[in-house]
Amino acid sequence: MADSNPPLPEVPESRVRSKKRTRLSLVWIIPIVAAIIGAWVAVARILAEGPKITIVFKSAEGLEAGKTKIEYNGVEIGEVTAIRLSDDHQNVIATAQMAPKTDSFLVDDTHFWVVRPRISGANVSGLGTLISGAYIGMEIGTSRRAERDFVALQTPPVVAADVPGRYFILKTPNLGSLDDGTPVFFRRLQVGQVTSYDLDKDGRSLNVKVFVKAPYDQYVTPDTRFWHASGVDMELSARGLSVHTESVLSILVGGVAFETAVSDPILPPAEANTVFTLFSNRDEAFKPAARDPQTFVLVFKQSVRGLKPGAPVEFRGIEIGEVESISAQIDANTFEFSAPVTIHLDAQRLGVKVQELAPGADFAALRRKLIDSLVAHGVRAQLQTGNLLTGALFVSFDFFPDAPPATVDWSQKPVLLPTAPGKLEALEASVTGIIKKLDQVPYKAIGDDVQKALVELDLTLVSARGALDSGRGTLDNANKMIEPNSALAADLGNTLQEVTRAARSVRVLADYLERHPEALIRGKTGEAK
Amino acid sequence: MSLGVPTAMQHGLQSCEGCGLLSRPAAGAEEGLCPRCDGELTFRKRDSLQRTWAYLIAAAVCYIPANVLPVLTTTTAAGSESDTILQGVVLLWSPTGWPLSLIVLFASIMIPSAKILALGYLLVTVQRGSVENNEQRIRLYRLVELIGRWSMVDVFVGAFTAALVQLQPLMSVSPAPGLFFFAAVVVLTMLAAESFDPRLIWDAASVREVRHG
Repeated sequence: MADSNPPLPEVPESRVRSKKRTRLSLVWIIPIVAAIIGAWVAVARILAEGPKITIVFKSAEGLEAGKTKIEYNGVEIGEVTAIRLSDDHQNVIATAQMAPKTDSFLVDDTHFWVVRPRISGANVSGLGTLISGAYIGMEIGTSRRAERDFVALQTPPVVAADVPGRYFILKTPNLGSLDDGTPVFFRRLQVGQVTSYDLDKDGRSLNVKVFVKAPYDQYVTPDTRFWHASGVDMELSARGLSVHTESVLSILVGGVAFETAVSDPILPPAEANTVFTLFSNRDEAFKPAARDPQTFVLVFKQSVRGLKPGAPVEFRGIEIGEVESISAQIDANTFEFSAPVTIHLDAQRLGVKVQELAPGADFAALRRKLIDSLVAHGVRAQLQTGNLLTGALFVSFDFFPDAPPATVDWSQKPVLLPTAPGKLEALEASVTGIIKKLDQVPYKAIGDDVQKALVELDLTLVSARGALDSGRGTLDNANKMIEPNSALAADLGNTLQEVTRAARSVRVLADYLERHPEALIRGKTGEAK
Repeated sequence: MSLGVPTAMQHGLQSCEGCGLLSRPAAGAEEGLCPRCDGELTFRKRDSLQRTWAYLIAAAVCYIPANVLPVLTTTTAAGSESDTILQGVVLLWSPTGWPLSLIVLFASIMIPSAKILALGYLLVTVQRGSVENNEQRIRLYRLVELIGRWSMVDVFVGAFTAALVQLQPLMSVSPAPGLFFFAAVVVLTMLAAESFDPRLIWDAASVREVRHG
């Protein structure tokens, strides 16, 4: 229908709705709002963008761009965004995007390190990274100077910077079993850790840096002694076996212990980074230091096997010094062998009382006088066995009233002190004497005599046997005589029967006489039968 | 479809978009209401170009954060990780997973941008009164309209994942700001496509015809 009438005059007209046309549609609000939101998000993102930093690592092992986080005390404050090699191909440079408001953390003594699982004797750390992968740990520095380029630490710092306490430096000839993180004990309480160690510039000793936590650091005074508390310290002494350890942990991983001698005066705490000596054990740590050592030489004519440098020198059991060196010499004329032993004597230890008595006196002269008089009274040096198992020797000074007289020649350098043969040597001599005497005993003659005596004894025994045999025959005969069926026994039986019969006849006679007393006079009558 | 076909507008007629009834506007009025269904009657969609431009620009603005910002935040025991769409594509790219990666690449990155570009092209050509490639342009428009409703799939996937993967101590997924911008892009491009009046494509031709004819 519509096709046949193109003009369509009958098409109805729409109703009129008056409306003002706006030139600019309200729809433009939408892009404006979108733009505002977009701009706001962008601004927020830019504002939220923290500083960008670079960290130089030795190796990018475990690091992954876009994945590896930077954490501080477990809070994520950044992320590695890119990893590239340095221009010299030696290092890895990681670029990291830090969280906003972290500028104050990024100062020139801030440290970064990669946290990986670490198992070092005393502690296990970073186990969480087994699941989550390595992350970068950081320690915020105290400097005020902002920094954006950092060099990562090779190993994580053992002690966090914000832990109160102090560092001390221990000098030791060898590291022993110490390592980063090795515990430091004070009265068997773990109060710190070894944080680092390095070789001294001259290569002669090691500097071990230890950290002692507050409040224990105040117990470290200039007089404090540090020693290796590694392992088990066993001592076999006259009192028996004593075992010293700091803790089970220290047996396993070693440790450092410190203590201040009770006798020492109470001093103010030591300054941080004070240098101490690290002794090898507690005894050595508390051994009084030789303050005025005097060198003497002792010449021994016996074997010095078992005597070692460092062996103690004792005076009646009190340690007064130590052996410094042992050498050997042969007299060119007599070809006599002897062993000069150089010793250090700490006269202080021996002469404390003397000094106290005479302050201000000439100590050297006093000492000479003392030694002279001691030698005059028979004091001699002697080698003694300190340990029967190892045969270790030590030098002992003691009184030998029988010793040949000797004097000290003070003009020599070093001074020679008289010696006495060792106890073992003397013992040997007497044992030899006994053996010699035993040798002289006439064992053969004694044996012959004994044999002769034995032969005679044998003969005696044989005759004794004959006597015994005849005795036995006599007894046998006697035995035969009293046997039940022997002739003697039969005779005896018959005799006894006859006696019985006789007794019966007597009784019959007695009865008859009782009834016929007249028969005694008249004799027997016929009726009586 | 030849250029010579007369349009209703040339004859002073308006067709109702709701019921398709052709009517003549009341005297002196350009616009009115459909006598049958009371729908709004216009010769062409009102401010079609302007509104389409507005929606399109809004979509283009939102498209940037939609791709720059992460769309999903995955929190696992190993830590939380936010991924943008492009990172997701890279993440999925593996010898076995590349088809999935391609699907995400097409659906989430190429199609929205293609839609924006296509609508922009249509708008520019209409405004310039181009008479070329009319057929191709209308096909393009239909394609844009067809795809529009499917673009929301990405947003739905994100929303479903966030709702379903909530294994709290082990793993959880939550939507990140990028997802909202992405949804906005989809909605805005649909609105732009909807507000574009494809009849404008031929108007230039008919105007030219009228002018020349």
